[in-house]
Amino acid sequence: MAIFLNKESKVLVQGMTGAEGMKHTRRMLAAGTQIVGGVNPRKAGRAVELDDRTVPVFGSVRDGMDATGADVTVVFVPPPFARAAVVEAADAGIGLAVVITEGIPVHDAVAFNAHARARGTRVLGPNCPGVISPGHSNAGIIPADIATEPGRIGLVSKSGTLTYQLMHELRGTGFSTAVGIGGDPVTGTSHIDCLTAFENDPDTELIVLIGEIGGDAEERAAAHIAQHITKPVVGYIAGFTAPEGRTMGHAGAIVSGSSGTASAKKKALEAAGVAVGATPTETARLAEDRLRG
Amino acid sequence: MDLYEHQARQLFADHGIAVPDAEVVDDPSAVHAAAERLGGRVVVKAQVKVGGRGKAGGVKVAEDPAAAVVTARRILGMDIKGHPVRTVMLAQPVDIGEEFYAGYVLDRAAGTFLAIASAEGGMDIEEVAATRPEAVARIHVDPAEGVSEAVAARIAVAASLPPETAPVLQALWQVLTAEDALLVEVNPLVRTTDGRILALDGKVTLDDNAAFRQPRRDADSVDPHGDPLEAAAADKGLNYVRLDGEVGIIGNGAGLVMSTLDVVAGCGARPANFLDIGGGASARVMADGLTVILSDPAVKSVFVNVFGGITACDAVADGIVQALDSVHLTKPLVVRLDGNNAARGRAILDGRAHPMVQQVTTMDGAADRAARLAQGGH
Repeated sequence: MAIFLNKESKVLVQGMTGAEGMKHTRRMLAAGTQIVGGVNPRKAGRAVELDDRTVPVFGSVRDGMDATGADVTVVFVPPPFARAAVVEAADAGIGLAVVITEGIPVHDAVAFNAHARARGTRVLGPNCPGVISPGHSNAGIIPADIATEPGRIGLVSKSGTLTYQLMHELRGTGFSTAVGIGGDPVTGTSHIDCLTAFENDPDTELIVLIGEIGGDAEERAAAHIAQHITKPVVGYIAGFTAPEGRTMGHAGAIVSGSSGTASAKKKALEAAGVAVGATPTETARLAEDRLRG
Repeated sequence: MDLYEHQARQLFADHGIAVPDAEVVDDPSAVHAAAERLGGRVVVKAQVKVGGRGKAGGVKVAEDPAAAVVTARRILGMDIKGHPVRTVMLAQPVDIGEEFYAGYVLDRAAGTFLAIASAEGGMDIEEVAATRPEAVARIHVDPAEGVSEAVAARIAVAASLPPETAPVLQALWQVLTAEDALLVEVNPLVRTTDGRILALDGKVTLDDNAAFRQPRRDADSVDPHGDPLEAAAADKGLNYVRLDGEVGIIGNGAGLVMSTLDVVAGCGARPANFLDIGGGASARVMADGLTVILSDPAVKSVFVNVFGGITACDAVADGIVQALDSVHLTKPLVVRLDGNNAARGRAILDGRAHPMVQQVTTMDGAADRAARLAQGGH
């Protein structure tokens, strides 16, 4: 089992024919992901040779889904066109859209998230590394060779590189699923969505939650853990010494209050019974200790 | 990117929100004439991107042009919370009848924008929000619908604002969407004693990610008074922030770099900077980054912390070697490479065998070494 993805997931890649799209489609194929096609309106009907594989290119997500039964799309489309790409995928009724693209305007993310939510499409990201369930599937850019063995830990993180770092530290124990939700101010999937999915996933025994300064997602996750999560959770927060973010004016302060700092997040998680590590390495040790009981 | 008040004011005016007449001045010799043009009596307002300037003495009324010169000279010399005042705005004073508050801000939790409005504007709006939340209306805006005339009227009613503020609420939404802003705020929005609705002060934060479709941004985004090292880094497209410590830090990915700063601080040293070479960084980017950091005299040691995901560690190592060939390295460099092509990257650095470069295989161990080297240890 895994969350959001499984062995049977059929994956389309929007923007596959670009440089990044090609590179990562190759890597996803090598990781065992069932890539069933690329999407590019200007290259419909063609095919792309990737190593020993031939991947068809469809003119739209709808055509790709009709031809292959795809249920996941990974979006590499550049920022000016990303909004239209996600809206198209949601209109086609795809179940999961993993948006890798970095640098998408916030107004676009707000718009495509609302659009997708109304149509029942889960958006992961934007500006995220994707989701990997070792031994099952990998949708995104998380290097599959960091942790190859399926295991009992579910990991959710805002940061791509901290996801890799923790996966590396815990590679001996292994993961049910590791999810990067993305570091942008507005993301389609939250820490809480992932906590809920891990709570319901029989293969996940312990959850590692990685957060960073900004917003109050970690504080809200802490409240959710206290009320709804029965599995042990280990946390890590980055940004104790990072330069202070921009002052957002009164309105920002009215909305977020005193939350947003690393200490506020750590305090909230600890109050919810989460063991918070001081470094990624210590966090990994805490997770292993908790798993051993 | 936060705008100065005078820039925010211009956007308001561009979208049909009335503002008092004003002029922007950075040279005291231009103040007298500007004040005369505005009618003699003016408000002199420091232009800094930080709150609390009124309480710091950065906003003063001058009764005539001569007084405006004296006041402007004093304010232009001020430092408000570390922000030197280099520009003032001279504005026509208005007779305020009532003060209101109106703004839109991104609500990250809800994933959409929130209208915030109150019939009690002014400096203490945060306190009003905290102590009497019922006095502040908060209404989520449906991104597909936006703020129509009807929605604006609804916000005004919920906040007990007079009906004639509704067009301002609608225009303010236009500022937010047309300019790709993350926050727009008018505080105070006033009704003058002669019945006009004016935006007396405002804040706007623009979304840097939308610069590609906002061509007129370029003029606003150049800050000639910024830190020279930050400017040099920006020139090379590096994500660099200068701090006040002694350990230079380079890493890949904002999360890992922030974490590296924290781990170094946990070892008792202070980070000198934040430098993220990003995902998939080339040797060139690595070399540029290292060159910027080494040119900071406050840096006593440098810690390169890379976990290669998309970034290949051999490219990072090549970049370090390139930098070593072009700068005379007098400061110790601690390198930790893991992940994608780590073995190849480590071998490249071993092959170069520079006496000032050492490799440590763990993040915590490398942070500790860099911290001790910055303090003169080994």
